Amino acid sequence: MAYFPILSFITMLPILGMIIVLCLPGKQEKLIKGFSAVITGIQVILAGIILHSYNYSLPGVFHQNSFQFIEKFRWIEIAGLSSSIGTIKIDYFLGIDGLSAPMVLLTALISFIATLSSFTITKSVKGYFALFLLLDAGMMGVFVSLDFFLFYIFWELMLLPMYFLIGIWGGPRKEYAAIKFFIYTLFGSVFMLLVMIGLYFSCTELMANGTRVFTFNMISLMDPNNYTATGILSPLNPGNLRFIAYIALFIGFAIKIPMFPFHTWLPDAHVEAPTAISVILAGVLLKMGTYGIIRISFPIFPEITRQLAWYIGLFGMINIIYGALCALAQKDFKKMIAYSSVSHMGYVMLGMASLTSVGMSGAIFQMFNHGTITAMLFLAVGVIYDRAHTRGLDDFGGLALQMPVYTGFVIVAFFAAIGLPSMSGFISEAFVFLGGFSNNSLRIITIISTLGILLGAGYMLWAMQRVYLGRLNEKWNTLPDMSMTEYAMFIPLTIIIFVLGIYPSFMLDIMNTSVNSLVEFMTKIPSNISAIGKF
Amino acid sequence: MTEALLLNISLAILLLPLLGFVTLIFFGRKIPGSHWLETGIMLLCLLLSVYTGFGKLAYYVGQNLIMEGRWIQFWNVPVLGQIQMDLGIKLDNLTVIMLFVVTLISFLVHLFSVAYMKGDARYTRYFAYLGVFTFSMLGIVLTHNILMMYIFWELVGLSSYLLIGFWFEKKSASDASKKAFLVNRVGDTGMFIGIMILFTHYHTFTFDAIFAQIASGNLPFHSGAWLTAAGLLIFMGAVGKSAQFPLHVWLPDAMEGPTPVSALIHAATMVAAGVYLVARIFVMLTADAMLTIAIVGMVTSFIAATIALTQNDIKKVLAYSTVSQLGYMIMAMGVGAYNYAFFHLVTHAFFKACLFLGSGSVIHSMHHEQDIRNMGGLRKKMPITYYSFLISTLAISGIPFTSGFLSKDGILAGTLAFGSLTGHWLIPAVAFLVALMTAFYMFRLVILTFHGEPRDRHKYDHAHESPFVMAMPLALLATLSLFFWYGANPINPGTGWFLNKWVQTPHTVVPQAQRFDFMKTETTETEVEGNNKAVAGHKVAEAEYITHSEHYMHAMHQAHYPAMILSLFVGGIGIFFSFMMYHWKKIDPDKIAGSIKPLYNLSLNKWYIDEIYDATFIRGTMLLSKFLATFDNKVVDGIVNGTATVTRFISRASGIFDNVVVDGFVNFTAYLSGLIGIFFRKFQTGKVQTYIVMVVFSALILLFIFRPFF
Amino acid sequence: MVQVGLNQFLIVSTILFSLGIFGIVTRRNAVMVLMGIELVLNSANINFVAFAKFGNFGLSGQIVALFVIILAAAEAAIALAIVLNIYKTFATVNVDEIDKLKE
Repeated sequence: MAYFPILSFITMLPILGMIIVLCLPGKQEKLIKGFSAVITGIQVILAGIILHSYNYSLPGVFHQNSFQFIEKFRWIEIAGLSSSIGTIKIDYFLGIDGLSAPMVLLTALISFIATLSSFTITKSVKGYFALFLLLDAGMMGVFVSLDFFLFYIFWELMLLPMYFLIGIWGGPRKEYAAIKFFIYTLFGSVFMLLVMIGLYFSCTELMANGTRVFTFNMISLMDPNNYTATGILSPLNPGNLRFIAYIALFIGFAIKIPMFPFHTWLPDAHVEAPTAISVILAGVLLKMGTYGIIRISFPIFPEITRQLAWYIGLFGMINIIYGALCALAQKDFKKMIAYSSVSHMGYVMLGMASLTSVGMSGAIFQMFNHGTITAMLFLAVGVIYDRAHTRGLDDFGGLALQMPVYTGFVIVAFFAAIGLPSMSGFISEAFVFLGGFSNNSLRIITIISTLGILLGAGYMLWAMQRVYLGRLNEKWNTLPDMSMTEYAMFIPLTIIIFVLGIYPSFMLDIMNTSVNSLVEFMTKIPSNISAIGKF
Repeated sequence: MTEALLLNISLAILLLPLLGFVTLIFFGRKIPGSHWLETGIMLLCLLLSVYTGFGKLAYYVGQNLIMEGRWIQFWNVPVLGQIQMDLGIKLDNLTVIMLFVVTLISFLVHLFSVAYMKGDARYTRYFAYLGVFTFSMLGIVLTHNILMMYIFWELVGLSSYLLIGFWFEKKSASDASKKAFLVNRVGDTGMFIGIMILFTHYHTFTFDAIFAQIASGNLPFHSGAWLTAAGLLIFMGAVGKSAQFPLHVWLPDAMEGPTPVSALIHAATMVAAGVYLVARIFVMLTADAMLTIAIVGMVTSFIAATIALTQNDIKKVLAYSTVSQLGYMIMAMGVGAYNYAFFHLVTHAFFKACLFLGSGSVIHSMHHEQDIRNMGGLRKKMPITYYSFLISTLAISGIPFTSGFLSKDGILAGTLAFGSLTGHWLIPAVAFLVALMTAFYMFRLVILTFHGEPRDRHKYDHAHESPFVMAMPLALLATLSLFFWYGANPINPGTGWFLNKWVQTPHTVVPQAQRFDFMKTETTETEVEGNNKAVAGHKVAEAEYITHSEHYMHAMHQAHYPAMILSLFVGGIGIFFSFMMYHWKKIDPDKIAGSIKPLYNLSLNKWYIDEIYDATFIRGTMLLSKFLATFDNKVVDGIVNGTATVTRFISRASGIFDNVVVDGFVNFTAYLSGLIGIFFRKFQTGKVQTYIVMVVFSALILLFIFRPFF
Repeated sequence: MVQVGLNQFLIVSTILFSLGIFGIVTRRNAVMVLMGIELVLNSANINFVAFAKFGNFGLSGQIVALFVIILAAAEAAIALAIVLNIYKTFATVNVDEIDKLKE
């Protein structure tokens, strides 16, 4: 198994699937759907295999050799362009550690469930699934690539299919939402690209033949010893622009999270996107922002992260409270959940900002849990939207009488989102708060943030009451309860939510070593960083 | 009877109801008579907890039994090393008594519900919910660390939510369940902040480990103020769950749930969990925290008692009486009468469960009539219900030979002693006033419901005594409201085995400076010894109970008889006036109400607290959320869209510029070339002669120009 | 008494050249134009001979003049043939009407 390129396989499999889907006749809708489900199903199995042979004791993060399932090849090499640029070299470098392993698992799982949820698609099925599989490959690639350039390619690769999936299969304002999503994300990508190039020209890597060449390798970028004395983003250069670069890069990622005030693309995209795409969007895409911060911003700019941690926490708090209050006022079910996502991603930011093991574990765990829980919430909306073709919170009432099994699953999802103990959301939120509170400077912010769990219960229970409780609205007395496909989507998520709520160590043990070494790396300013945060 | 056996049995007691819940949720409809399955499980739990209680109290009375296992572990955490979160069970005397109380009442309520809920559409679902409630409640009782306490704390909140909203078709029920959950969440949030303080400093959640640290002088963030804050914040959880002012508003509304649920959750067990929590953290409460707790309890008991005076819904009266009695217990904890507070918790659980089930019996036979103004004379129709209700009423009013007399008397003595030692005389004064009001409104309830002439003849004619499964729990609970279960002496509880052997005030771990004077130990020797023991590990037996200073014991002893006499006196007055007004009708209650109209309205409208909250917090939050949503839509998104608009405007402008200026220049150049072409075309006549003329002239011109070179 | 020098020769050749040009430009008849061209050529011949006599070029001027005379004869022969062809094509030898170049 050691030599089997499993990460390439798990990433490229959907692209292969896409090519095959494109070759299939468009009339064979069932075949295409089934085939896509098989592809994503194999991905889940591969993720399971990865998890099974994962070594819990290797930290990764900034030790190149302790990453797992490494694949590293020279991809692009252009020698001797000019003396100032030297050799251009880009690696095809994949590998995972405790920070990315949960995300790989989440991506595989959510993609599979979203595929099942896509079975209700009727409009040009072939195109849909081809784009969907491309999207899947892009997301997976982001989480497994360790070369910044490769990371950026996958980051952009994911953007295009998403644009079409919202823009073609979306709701009434799909064009607006799609273009807003696209431009917003591209806006962030530009910053990222600039910082990436700046880092490239500031950091060198030792080659086998003893020469040093510029590099996009993230692991090399984390080591201050690799920087040149004059690089624009080099910590050794007294006039460096690392502070500005950090903020630019952060904005690039913050748009994806989405962080206040860059969050407004999210409600529109969610409301217009088809259910499966909302699931992908909330389940995986948002995590790419926070993952990028943990994987790139934090270890590459540790000294500035420490300087700005308070602000990250502050924005986390704003996200929590602001998102929750906005969710409280929504009348559209999907929009409410979209804002609840804003609120829940705030916890991730707060946990990251704490720079403690408990908080950071909570943040990554929250990323995973938010993926599963919010996916379930969107699926729940999808179920009634498919049947009733409306999402207004006030249009329903008493659905618990008409669809009791469905309501049972909804109760699980709602209470998981509220952070009820015994479900996974509680553990991650509790850890985020515990971590935040142990950081002296974030103490007040953490205390204010706990209001979020109160407001969260408020909007969730209110929505619950309006849609599911009360007298049955006679209009809906013909709605059928869950179908088999829907069971297949809800049951795995429910099991995961409970298992991780009761025995969270399944997930926490995977990340424990990596989180510890990341925190250690972050809290010890490397002694040879000479100029810190020149503005 | 080994420790391991007892612990494993208690684990089984914890998990059996959960098993019942899972079975009923998934297979409830397929199993005929599944409610008997759940009830049977509860009977089994009851028997096991009797066994456990017997084993613990007979063989390990002065010892805590602990079983724990790792739940979550962080290895090699930078700086801190290893952080470990455990799951564990701690069996001490409090635990086994609570185990018995919870399983007994839960079993009786299950039994009662078999008849009461018959014919409900979601009959099995109801029993499943009762199962998950019992599981969570037993979790609170059994846990040995505060995180698990919080987890089960929230889970009882969930089961309470599900059961209050059991008849969710009614808007009032779903409103009440939502309100209960949210109000509880307020308290829980505070509790969680308290937990965060403790965890951040001690990196453990285990009670004993935390207390050992405090005892060794290691205070949270090295300050007594933080210790007070931690205690009070955790107490906020109790404020929510035990419906203390200002978070008491959910409990009366919770009466929307089925009446047996009210008896189990909202009278006997879950609401008492707050008192249990305070008992658990009692040893780390500082003087400031205790005084605050006492005041909160006092205010709660007073407000609730005044409201109960004028309510007409049988369940509302009982609900406010519950709030008032819970305030009593909390107040007792605050004044340091730990053992009496816990004693009252137990006695109250029995007689209040009896009262609620009695009211359920009445409501059942009156076909869901709850207004006491439409009742009356039911004594003859429902004798078992009447007598058990009466005994419980006597107990709550503090009449001798009942359990309530013993526990209440202890609390009153405690407040008196506290008043004499600290000068806070208001607390005992209010306590006695509340005792008076309690006796009055409880007898008002009994008289209006069971005595006199029936006021609704039609409903009265259809009323009937409840079936055996409903009457039996009533009778049993009424018996438990008598004194002899707790001690042989009907007037002095201090000599009974309950307080003498089982429940004793633990030794506080708070530093001397943060204690009340009367809780300071005179000799430091015992403290040092205690510390060493505590440090040695938390399996150490707390054999040596040092309750209070000699000073306090003396004051308590002195307060005993005055308290008893006074309480008898105020109880008697209350009952007397109740009979005067409602039985003999010598005094017209309406006239009194009319003469103090504002006060009467204040009481009838529950001090307008709901309205105040509605106008401030709820409306405020909703307004803020509406404002922010609009802000989000108009301003934040407006900026984004504005940027888009501006960009589009700029692009249009640049488009126009491109079209007009840049392209215009290009076209102009072409036009100009055209013009020039047209001009020069004139010379292109096609006639050789013209060309020659031009050649000649050009040559001449050139010659002229370049003449200097020739 | 005026000495016949280079200037006199040049003046004659200039007059001949000007007459030739004048003929080329003003005559409508193609044959007359050809005659103008002959005049221009001859004025050049005079120049060659004059410069050869007064300059220090040996006999090269005279040789070129002879060469030009031969060329002029050939040119006249070909040109007259062309004119005949033009006359055949356009039925005129009026150069104003033959402006096909313009198109």
